[in-house]
Amino acid sequence: MTHVLDPGTLEAGTRPAPGSGAPFDDVTRSDAALRAFLHGLPGVDQVGAEQRAATLGTRSIKTTAKAWAIDTAISMVDLTTLEGADTPGKVRSLAAKARRPDPADPTAPAVAAVCVYGDLAGVAVEALEGSGVHVAAVATAFPSSRASREVKLADVRDAVGNGADEIDMVIDRGAFLSGRYLEVFEEIVAVRQECGDAHLKVILETGELFTYDNARRASWLAMLAGADFVKTSTGKISPAATLPVCLVMLEAVRDFRAATGRQVGVKPAGGIRTTKDAVKHLVLVNETVGADWLSPDWFRFGASSLLNDLLLQRQKLRTGHYSGPDHVSID
Amino acid sequence: MSQLFEYAPAPESRSIVDVAPSYGLFVDGEFVDGSGESMKTVNPATEEVLSEIAVGTEADVDRAVKAARRAFTRVWGPMRPADRGKYLFRIARILQERAREFAVLESLDNGKPIRESRDVDVPLAAAHFFYHAGWADKLGHAGLGPDPRPHGVAGQVIPWNFPLLMLAWKVAPALATGNTVVLKPAETTPLTALLFAEVCRQADLPPGVVNIVTGAGDTGRAVVEHEDVDKVAFTGSTEVGRSIARAVAGTRKVLTLELGGKAANIVFDDAPIDQAVEGIVRGIFFNQGHVCCAGSRLLVQESVHDEVIASLQRRIGSLRVGDPLDKNTDIGAINSADQLARIRELSDIGEAEGAHRWQPACELPDRGFWFPPTVFTDVSPAHRIARDEVFGPVLSVLTFRTPDEAVAKANNTTYGLSAGIWTEKGSRILAIADRLRAGVVWANTFNQFDPTSPFGGYKQSGYGREGGRHGLAAYLKESS
Repeated sequence: MTHVLDPGTLEAGTRPAPGSGAPFDDVTRSDAALRAFLHGLPGVDQVGAEQRAATLGTRSIKTTAKAWAIDTAISMVDLTTLEGADTPGKVRSLAAKARRPDPADPTAPAVAAVCVYGDLAGVAVEALEGSGVHVAAVATAFPSSRASREVKLADVRDAVGNGADEIDMVIDRGAFLSGRYLEVFEEIVAVRQECGDAHLKVILETGELFTYDNARRASWLAMLAGADFVKTSTGKISPAATLPVCLVMLEAVRDFRAATGRQVGVKPAGGIRTTKDAVKHLVLVNETVGADWLSPDWFRFGASSLLNDLLLQRQKLRTGHYSGPDHVSID
Repeated sequence: MSQLFEYAPAPESRSIVDVAPSYGLFVDGEFVDGSGESMKTVNPATEEVLSEIAVGTEADVDRAVKAARRAFTRVWGPMRPADRGKYLFRIARILQERAREFAVLESLDNGKPIRESRDVDVPLAAAHFFYHAGWADKLGHAGLGPDPRPHGVAGQVIPWNFPLLMLAWKVAPALATGNTVVLKPAETTPLTALLFAEVCRQADLPPGVVNIVTGAGDTGRAVVEHEDVDKVAFTGSTEVGRSIARAVAGTRKVLTLELGGKAANIVFDDAPIDQAVEGIVRGIFFNQGHVCCAGSRLLVQESVHDEVIASLQRRIGSLRVGDPLDKNTDIGAINSADQLARIRELSDIGEAEGAHRWQPACELPDRGFWFPPTVFTDVSPAHRIARDEVFGPVLSVLTFRTPDEAVAKANNTTYGLSAGIWTEKGSRILAIADRLRAGVVWANTFNQFDPTSPFGGYKQSGYGREGGRHGLAAYLKESS
């Protein structure tokens, strides 16, 4: 089993190239080996996983803890717009908000990144210059992943060329569900090579994988292929991020680090709209993988409307009363 | 675990409960003074005295039984079953309405975390009344003949680990089947039973249907041995259960006993490991391990032993031990100094016998009764911590290699209350469950309770069932 491998096998933090002698290299030598490995991972009991997530959801986070959680959550937001109607103007407006989420309060932290389609990455890069806010671009025929390998790689190339320093790719769920794991693996490897220095987030689209067993297997598959982050969803499919799915993915990154020494981040995306949801996720991180993941380098929220609710709750904590939607900027 | 994300204290307010400086007995619908001494009930988390409680004497018990008899013959027995059901529904609703009050009071008096009293004890207690309310006018369909009859007066003695819930397990089926009740709550946790007495008044329950006589062992003995009691129900230690069985032997009284346990929680190598670890934690640390059906013996397949123990220790490291009223507390206080002494004694014996003790680094409060979550590895089936019921947050880990060995070790106990099986293989669950001599067998879960599901033991874990259709049989005479 995967949990018991010696954590010292690999130096912590290194990003292994496939074929470099990492402990699981042999499992990707053939489709059969990869299938045997993924299906040999411990199963996930659905009832138990959901019960655990629900119990953690009852944690009561108040006062100082809540203030810390809200600021941390803001700093973890990948502020996202992924609409067919997106324009350079919309992206610039989003970028302004990303730099300074609360115009009235400079102490509110900036968000982690702005997430856009690849063709608008250049606009975002320009608007965010010098801010430290990352630019993430979705790629590989987002959200369906239905295109040929060449088109997907060209998509990535284009986004990276436009200056995106984070690529959010989608896996081919069709291939995954029909058991062509090696194909999915090879595609992620190819995308990663195309990314160059850009960080790679791999979207599993768990809403289309249906089972927690699949979520765990897909997480491992993505990590083996070199993902820097595993991400739940595109936001275009319901259900998107749920607490139990995030729990299963956190367990996967925890076990992967224990086995390989390499830490991988997690990004729930889609459906997280309230401060309460965000805080529940932070509790989940805290009690599943611990403090090592409690930073924007290792945990992100893919969201758009979440930010305003965080800001409203932040204002409430500071002033003692609720304001209203007119006290935060629209995107 | 993490120093980065410190949860600020989130205490549930005590102001919702109003604990009187002293309480009498609840007899014939009234609070009356006891004729004997009084005792103190303390908050085990702080050792603060909460209230003075009357200790019921034989004379007090006699008054209570007489009141119960009167209520049985004049009111409750003759009442239309559907009307009895209405009273039970009413009690259930009041329990829900006053849920927070009950939860806070339970945590104060017992030491259990508010998260559990709020999310488990009180909702389940209400559920038991709802469930049995539905049975009240359908007893002819319980498989006990067309017109099963109640026994009469039920004398009930309950333990301190789930004071309100055990009250519900006893009182709800007794009332639904037309019996009346004299109940003796545990010495250290009488407060929620006394609040329940208030609920009986609020629900306009006819006087004498429920009588609550507080006290210690002597009071309990008086209830059990009273000659006009028709039915005795006891939940508690095997030792006391045995003496009750002796006292009742040769009388016309009907008896059910729900006693101790030393449950095996069996983890196979194909188990869903993360959920199994959760189940192990829930099995032994739920309610500080003060659970008769606690999964106190972990039987883990040798091939995953190291992996499971490492995961378990990491998980235990994240348990939050402390103020029972804090909404984020996972493990509260040990119920009494006596119980703490017993847990310490058995743990020391475990170490002396050669088992390896592991406890996470955790700070315990200065006052009150506390014991950290504890895991013993290298435990042999011959060790006392593998045989005696500790009734505390102490887990003994044993290993096995084959399914046969797992079954043999699981059944190698004088008890037989519950067991757990963890495997992703459905056929194995069925095959193993068939061979376990335990009243309740959980598969891929642990410590799940439901009023529809019968609960009870084999061997020295007692006899009779509580809950479900089977539980009704304990309170009814079969008709032909």
